[in-house]
Amino acid sequence: MAPKLQQWSKDAVLEVQEYVLLICRVARAAVTPPIYYRDIIQQFDSIGIGSLTVVLLAGLFTGMVLALNSGITLDQFGARSMVGRLISASMVKELGPVLTGLMVSGRVGSGIAAELGSMLVTDQIAALRALGTDPIRKLVVPRVLAGLLMMPLLSILATGIGMVGGWVVTVLQFHVASTIYWSSVVQGLYMQDVWMGIIKPFALGFTIVTIGCHVGMRTTGGTQGVGNATKLAVVASSVAVIAVDFMVTKILIVLMY
Amino acid sequence: MAKKEYARPALLDEALAFGGPIVVFDQVDLAFDEKVILRQVSFTLQTGHTKIFLGASGAGKSTILRLALGLLRPDAGRIFVNGEQIDRMKEDDLMRVRADLGMVFQEGALFDSLTVRENVGYKLSEELHWPPDEVAARVKEVVGFVGLGEFVDRMPSDLSGGQRRRVAIARAMAAKPRILLYDEPTTGLDPITSLTVDEEIIKLRDLEGVSSVLVTHQLRDAFFVAEHAAEWAGSELQFEKADREKSDQAEFIMLKDGRIAFEGNASELREVAKRDEYIRSFLS
Repeated sequence: MAPKLQQWSKDAVLEVQEYVLLICRVARAAVTPPIYYRDIIQQFDSIGIGSLTVVLLAGLFTGMVLALNSGITLDQFGARSMVGRLISASMVKELGPVLTGLMVSGRVGSGIAAELGSMLVTDQIAALRALGTDPIRKLVVPRVLAGLLMMPLLSILATGIGMVGGWVVTVLQFHVASTIYWSSVVQGLYMQDVWMGIIKPFALGFTIVTIGCHVGMRTTGGTQGVGNATKLAVVASSVAVIAVDFMVTKILIVLMY
Repeated sequence: MAKKEYARPALLDEALAFGGPIVVFDQVDLAFDEKVILRQVSFTLQTGHTKIFLGASGAGKSTILRLALGLLRPDAGRIFVNGEQIDRMKEDDLMRVRADLGMVFQEGALFDSLTVRENVGYKLSEELHWPPDEVAARVKEVVGFVGLGEFVDRMPSDLSGGQRRRVAIARAMAAKPRILLYDEPTTGLDPITSLTVDEEIIKLRDLEGVSSVLVTHQLRDAFFVAEHAAEWAGSELQFEKADREKSDQAEFIMLKDGRIAFEGNASELREVAKRDEYIRSFLS
């Protein structure tokens, strides 16, 4: 048992070390030439525009179901007009960023790990290096930048469409006037909440994409290894989304509230 | 962005002219954890010559190519490529050395999201920043050289195994490197396609003056490359049996358990095989 635990600890430390090293190399590569602008734009399109549908659908139905459940509960206290307040606070601070994060880790994190992993096992990454290209600059930096900058936009859109979903249910199901709903939405929000909703997705986007890249770039074992890497990337980035969400929330509460 | 050119200093260029030591391994050791891959491996590839590495699977043949490219670092020993010591070189500096190296990977390792044209022109446009018209002209030239002119707009997945290897050769030679490394370029190909790939290797060596390192366990291909020469007969390219001097420019290295078990030309290899059981079993 002890040797196994020792080996597991060594492997865990090695993974953390490699992950930190990757982040350092990305940080350096992001600010020094050569920078592959075309790849960056491609990744903005792939990660940002490509994730739009799934993120909007998730946001819409989350807002709708939140309105349904909270409407029924609040109705018992004669407070159905407060639904907007509850939806805006939940969506902006928590559900918008986290659900977007989970959707993006399912779609983007797994895609990155699979793509980089299969490039690695088919020697395409070695071929890139042989042709004089640094794979970190060409493959990782564009994805990290896209994840970092597109996640907040996706999260804002998901939050917005979630509120719209909540509005549809509140108006149609609970017969609350639109003006009441939207003024309740605004009343439920404080500036700190908005900042939290904007800052969190940066951290989540960075985490999801760097985990996908790290797992992809350390793939071993052929096609089966690519499958394992994909699975690991989804699991690790999904758990990381929740964990990072907690840590960022804690820090922001200390700093802002 | 300005077109990048990599030029050797004049003195070095003179020292590395035909017959100069263009790739040197000096007592190179490499191990992965407990497994020893290479032990005290030393050899010199002379400019314009060919080194052919033979050996069983796992003998360390492909590792030698990765070391020469700087994709791996040795545990001990020194490696010189194009007059520069690369074994402790930083990754950014290695990019300069790799500008003069081309490698054909085992399965081609073509970028599967790019067309043949984009694969072949990748280094020219992405790394060397050639103008698009010059890239197009060079791509047309090298794809024509490997006889795949009509396939430039195909994706790698639409090509046969042999065509993929030939595209890989075209990609490796596009930037006119002085050294080409071939990692089992004919493995898994039928004899006729293998012969086409062998002829491309000979053409590059004899017509373009490229120094080559060939890793293979296909003996027929190894001997064909070593003992044939390409030359123009009028407007027709012919592959003839090479004369003694020419075939001596191709040296065989047999690896066994990470060590060099034999080094010499084709006729010496056949001679040693009569006495050495390992080599005989490998050749038979």
